[in-house]
Amino acid sequence: MLSSQSDPVRAVRTNPKAKSPSPGKASCHAANRDLLNKVYASVRAALHDIPDGATIAIGGFGDAGVPFGLIDALIEQGARDLTIVANNAGSGQDGIAALIAADRVRKMVCSYPRTSGSVVFEEYYAAGKIELELLPQGTIGERLRAGAAGIPGFYTATGAGTILAEGKETRTFDGRDYVLERALVPDFAFVLGAVGDRHGNVRTHASARNFGPVMAAAGRVTIAEVREIVELGGIDPEAVTMPGIFVDRVVRIAR
Amino acid sequence: MNAAERESLARRVAADLRDGDYVNLGIGLPGLVANYVAGDIDVIYESENGLLGVGPAPAADDVDPELINASKQPVTLLPGASIFDTTTSFMMIRGGHIDIALLGAYEVAENGDLANWTTNDIGRPPAVGGAMDLAAGAKHVWVMMEHCTSDGQPRLLSRCTYPLTAAGVVSRVYTDLAVIDVDQGFVVRELRGGVTFGELQARSGAPLRLSIA
Repeated sequence: MLSSQSDPVRAVRTNPKAKSPSPGKASCHAANRDLLNKVYASVRAALHDIPDGATIAIGGFGDAGVPFGLIDALIEQGARDLTIVANNAGSGQDGIAALIAADRVRKMVCSYPRTSGSVVFEEYYAAGKIELELLPQGTIGERLRAGAAGIPGFYTATGAGTILAEGKETRTFDGRDYVLERALVPDFAFVLGAVGDRHGNVRTHASARNFGPVMAAAGRVTIAEVREIVELGGIDPEAVTMPGIFVDRVVRIAR
Repeated sequence: MNAAERESLARRVAADLRDGDYVNLGIGLPGLVANYVAGDIDVIYESENGLLGVGPAPAADDVDPELINASKQPVTLLPGASIFDTTTSFMMIRGGHIDIALLGAYEVAENGDLANWTTNDIGRPPAVGGAMDLAAGAKHVWVMMEHCTSDGQPRLLSRCTYPLTAAGVVSRVYTDLAVIDVDQGFVVRELRGGVTFGELQARSGAPLRLSIA
């Protein structure tokens, strides 16, 4: 849905020769427009091309790992008729709950929409104002992983013989029933990191990692909200939880 | 169950965990078990959101909002812990790497069927989380629950009335009244809380066999 020409990230990325700085030339630096730089100064610019009807995967388990700043900016951006893929459907009045309350969400794809404080989703659900595709948590993760890995579908024992498998192909392997699940490739993925760099490498903190890495890998366009941006090399390569190849845009949002 | 009965049940389950067990603790009653495992064995707790080696709750002034368990409560990590993403966690869960999933339940049937995710309330959204993954994927599925519902109806049944989480997976049930194996029907291994076998049978919705070692 997005051509590379329409993406400002693509417009500034470049001339491979520029990757070896020559004497007298400024060294690798985020401000050098010749070098790969996925950092957006403005969250508004990072979200400029999200159309109505988009499918957006949003990281998080409970409040840990939820990119609240991107969700706030999405509400301001105005896209509607959205399909949101997330583990939970928001609690209290923030994050996905606020997006639902702003009437932007047509459908939730999630595993656990009824948590303490999930009042907004429950109200919309009871009123028939929002669709729900309920999936086992591991199936959401694996559908995203398949999408990220170029696998069109897979069979899983999870959900076999239950009402969540109704309408899905079931096949028996070695005497056990498995359900066919299809890959899920969201148009956009919103993820949260503690630290990011201009190549899109992200390090998460503790259990805020959860769905972030797989959503980042699956999203056609992945936008990472980070609390801090560091120079290249500022994240220990062993500690990168979302390799930069999966992340298209990085925005620092202080919250 | 009152607080003392819940603690007693958690202690009883904890007594059956062994050194080296990798255990996923479900939401609700199972969460209490970690408090009562003997100090001289290593039981390693997995939390579906991406933690192995989960420790007790932190002191109030030492809470990290990004370090939580499946119930979204703040936790700590023990020495030897690891952190990973959702797909790695569910590889552990779905791929048969978890020794024991301790889950709550609405109903368990004599063929091992488990119902613990929806009561078909009209207008209230169902929520499954990792329950189906755990029920289908763990090596052993043990249930902890109150023997009867709050209005006295049995939860041990010939067939579940609520939609299933998984078919034929439960191997053991711990309640306030008994420890029961599921082995071609319900086999009572232990009577608890002063109940007689006759009373236990009267509060159960399927035939019980008594086989106390």
